[in-house]
Amino acid sequence: MTKKAKMKDKSNSFWERNRKSQGYLLKKTIMKYAVSICRFILLFGMCFMILQPILNKISVSFMTQDDLYNPIVISIPQHFTTENYILTNELIDYTHTVMNSFWIALTIAIVQVAMGTLVGYGFARFEFPLKKFWFACVMIVILIPPQTISSSLHLHFRFFDIFGIFKMITGESINLRGSVIPYYLMSFGCMGLKNGLYIFLIRQFFRNIPKELEEAAYVDGCGTLKTFVRIMLPDAKPILTSCFLFAFVWQWTDGFYSKMFLGGTTLVSTELARLSDKLGAYIQRIMGIKTTVSVAYSNCIVSTGTLMIIMPLIVLYLFAQKGFVESLSSSGIKM
Amino acid sequence: MKKNKNKLAGLQKRKAISGYLFIAPFIIGFLVFMIKPFFQSLYMSFCEVTLGGGSFEQAWIGLSNYVFTFTVDPDFNRLLVEQFSAMMVDSVAIMVFSFFVALILNQKFKGRALVRAIFFLPVILSSGVIIGLETDNALMAQISASIEETTSNISITDSIEEILRTAGVGVRAFEKVFEIIDKIYDIAIASGIQIIIFLSGLQTISASMYEAADIEGCTAWESLWKITFPMISNLFLVNWIYTIVDYSMRSDNDVMDKISIVMIQQLQYGLASAMSWIYFLIVIVIIGISSLLISRGVYYYD
Repeated sequence: MTKKAKMKDKSNSFWERNRKSQGYLLKKTIMKYAVSICRFILLFGMCFMILQPILNKISVSFMTQDDLYNPIVISIPQHFTTENYILTNELIDYTHTVMNSFWIALTIAIVQVAMGTLVGYGFARFEFPLKKFWFACVMIVILIPPQTISSSLHLHFRFFDIFGIFKMITGESINLRGSVIPYYLMSFGCMGLKNGLYIFLIRQFFRNIPKELEEAAYVDGCGTLKTFVRIMLPDAKPILTSCFLFAFVWQWTDGFYSKMFLGGTTLVSTELARLSDKLGAYIQRIMGIKTTVSVAYSNCIVSTGTLMIIMPLIVLYLFAQKGFVESLSSSGIKM
Repeated sequence: MKKNKNKLAGLQKRKAISGYLFIAPFIIGFLVFMIKPFFQSLYMSFCEVTLGGGSFEQAWIGLSNYVFTFTVDPDFNRLLVEQFSAMMVDSVAIMVFSFFVALILNQKFKGRALVRAIFFLPVILSSGVIIGLETDNALMAQISASIEETTSNISITDSIEEILRTAGVGVRAFEKVFEIIDKIYDIAIASGIQIIIFLSGLQTISASMYEAADIEGCTAWESLWKITFPMISNLFLVNWIYTIVDYSMRSDNDVMDKISIVMIQQLQYGLASAMSWIYFLIVIVIIGISSLLISRGVYYYD
């Protein structure tokens, strides 16, 4: 419809119509094109700015050491090589590390979102005493920097005990540092990485679902739990996908909790942080003498490592792009 | 009357119990993992903590950790002031930028999905450890410097900057603007979520409002201020809070670095706790005051 149909209808030229509208049509058309050209330039520039670091990394990761020092070579490598990838793969034990990270991120994300859904639903749909107080606690959990309590969490898990029960039985408190258990426990208790945020988002979503839907289910004899599972959960799919994807991605790249609780497991985030040290050790072992790795080369390896580690995320993003962007924006979050 | 009330109370009671069951995981987690460390770190900030083999000891020393932080420690005050002044400027810039981008991305044009995907990419790719690596990657800095060098003669922003500097009108204000422009990459990668939230708000405004305004002779500029702005003003509050929280917890944050150095390398747990409590309280106060101010201007349609 629109343009072509209109043209046929009137069967007169653009200028004819322009004359009839006293120049309004011409002005309008020029404006339309000017706006779209400006928009294109702006968006192109900004997209390029966002993508540029990744493109730079890609080009650097294929360079040999000579190219790095060659002032003429900037973005297209002269001696194309995949050596960097092979070396990085060896240094971070890629397959093993990615599998580790994958399992941890997947399970943690599932636990966090499941718990967030329960709690978010509870906050959105039930009236109970002290509700405001508990919700304030959720806000505190969102707002408090993990670093603030990290020192005492550190000690809490170093000398872990539940009301002195273990001390009574074994005479010793348990050292839970370096194992993955505390982190799972924290995720079950909604205290993991950005967990408060998921609760908040899910609550906001449930609040916008009409109450009649639920009441109809109650009238038809559905119990509380059944209503939740059968009626509310299917409706909440978009927000749950978004939260799950966020939880997965943020867990994948998180350095803070990983270093604190999962120090014993090799994960992509912790391996990446250690990569340049590992490279130094590796070069020393090969050369047999104590040398320092040049800054450019170690940065080149770090870039390669970063690329390899975000590769799974990019693949995930390509497939689940709709889940990230569209579903979050269509869920209509409100204050 | 009394009977009626009782009946209601019974139903309410049942509801309350199931409500509590639903939020039980949070309550348990909060009590077990949050309350104790929360108060312990508060207590520790008033203590001298010594780590011995097998256990640790706390000795009450009153406010001296706080006094030390403010009066003796050479870096902390400076870092704190720098951090918060940068936060104010950047947060405003992030809000403006994301609102602007959301307005553009809400229009219809070819390749919109692709552009949206690109703008949202930084949320994924610059979280956690990756952003820390980015900031101290000398090679990347070198590459961008060399690109800048080769293009410095044809840079529009540079020439505009030059002209405005020599004009000498309101130099201080311009300096701030240039600072923001130089940091545009940081701002762009920090505003992914905010763009999405604004977009979600823009999509809920019904098109009939704009149509009505258009028929009444409202220009696009006027309808931006009279319709779009009030309709999504509540999202400004959400985004502002999110921006501040996100900014104050970024891993490339100088104050956080300082705290973790004090804690992990110097093993001064008490001092580190005091520092992080100061930081936390300032963030809370800032969020409280600013959201109070913004919420006065928020317009609720329904």
